[in-house]
Amino acid sequence: MLKKRIIPCLDVKNGRVVKGINFVNLVDAGDPVEQAKIYDEQGADELCFLDITASNENRNIILDTVKKTAEKCFIPLTVGGGVRTLEDIRNLLLAGADKVSINTAAVNNKNLVKESSEKFGSQCIVVAVDAKKISENKWEIFTHGGRKSTGIDALKFVEKMESLGAGEILLTSMDRDGTKKGYDLDLTKKVSNLVNIPVIASGGVGNLEHLHQGIKIGKASAVLAASIFHFGEHTILEAKQYLDSKGIPVRI
Amino acid sequence: MSITVIDYGSGNLKSAAKALEAAANNINSDSKIIVTSDPAIIKESKKIILPGQGSFRDCYLGVKKIPGLEDTLNEFVLVKKKPIFGICVGMQLFAKIGYESQETKGFGWINGSVRKINNINKTLKLPHMGWNQIEFKKDFTLFSGLENKSHMYFVHSYELITTQKDCIVATTNYGNSIIVAVAKENIFGTQFHPEKSQKNGLIILENFLKWEV
Repeated sequence: MLKKRIIPCLDVKNGRVVKGINFVNLVDAGDPVEQAKIYDEQGADELCFLDITASNENRNIILDTVKKTAEKCFIPLTVGGGVRTLEDIRNLLLAGADKVSINTAAVNNKNLVKESSEKFGSQCIVVAVDAKKISENKWEIFTHGGRKSTGIDALKFVEKMESLGAGEILLTSMDRDGTKKGYDLDLTKKVSNLVNIPVIASGGVGNLEHLHQGIKIGKASAVLAASIFHFGEHTILEAKQYLDSKGIPVRI
Repeated sequence: MSITVIDYGSGNLKSAAKALEAAANNINSDSKIIVTSDPAIIKESKKIILPGQGSFRDCYLGVKKIPGLEDTLNEFVLVKKKPIFGICVGMQLFAKIGYESQETKGFGWINGSVRKINNINKTLKLPHMGWNQIEFKKDFTLFSGLENKSHMYFVHSYELITTQKDCIVATTNYGNSIIVAVAKENIFGTQFHPEKSQKNGLIILENFLKWEV
């Protein structure tokens, strides 16, 4: 049976790990390569690096981080943040990323998702969707790290991304990110039911039960979290043992 | 003598090469890991790895595009009978024919075809992405040191189907039983990614480095 995946996410800025509370108040907290190794040893199913300020800053530092991580960790690595062109994607893949997540550029340039999935394969193209609830059963896409509203309906957008060749959706609730109140389960469930590609739930995990809810209620194929792992509140193994005790299939 | 990862423009070769280096290091092997598309170097290699990401068609066309590569691979595998390890689409290419995007010829080393996984009326997500357990179908030297039902990392939407049942060395379950490892004399392939399957994957790569056909 296919296992549900637990993916720790490291927000990286200038080659250092940070975790934003609603994307502000960054706290410098470590070397991403060392963190990645720890997560790998704890049994993380995949790793995710988000280069959070990449839209405005030099990209080369993250390539070096990716390269060093790929030499040490033999589990899948997804890298996102500031990915705008086929060249950006190629550089990350060549550095050792297995998947690249596209956020703002997927909204501004739909051809990028189509062209990149044709060129590199759908398996390595993740579309990162930042969605904010605007009314009952309605969510809107935000870009630029959640700063810019687009007026685009999130549910229509994910369907479009699937049809263009996205291999996976990384779905972040902007309302929940950094709040520790749990995933937006309505949103996660709607998106999971709508598309036939895997959906990774993201944004808002404050405890292990939230991971369980993301899978059980939100129907996510994978759950992503940052701070509960990063600040040592829980290990990946503890998270897996908790999910296992709730009857969720996990790799232990 | 070197172990060569075939570079034909497909996907993440660095992962495969780095994992092989780590595997070689684990068993104190002095095997040199080379990444190349040069038929002359491939010919002289001791063993080769054929990775593959993207579509069956793109991968096959990628091989065809490099002058002399297909002939070199055929000679290496069928005439010299030296060990080859196909990974993901690299394994799928062993089949006679693939049906991804449009009908495309494969190497035909194994009598089979590559078809889309049955998603059972959309109740299963595709790609089949993540960790699944492999079930051994026979005692096989490249699995030594691994427990039956070990977890491996998968990402694929198409599966190899073969009538040569004796070639099937492992399967997994995703809605239906799916063939995930095939072996025939010097030919070995896995649908999963050993280079992304942490310790379990490294064990298979170590075994491949040690493999005497």
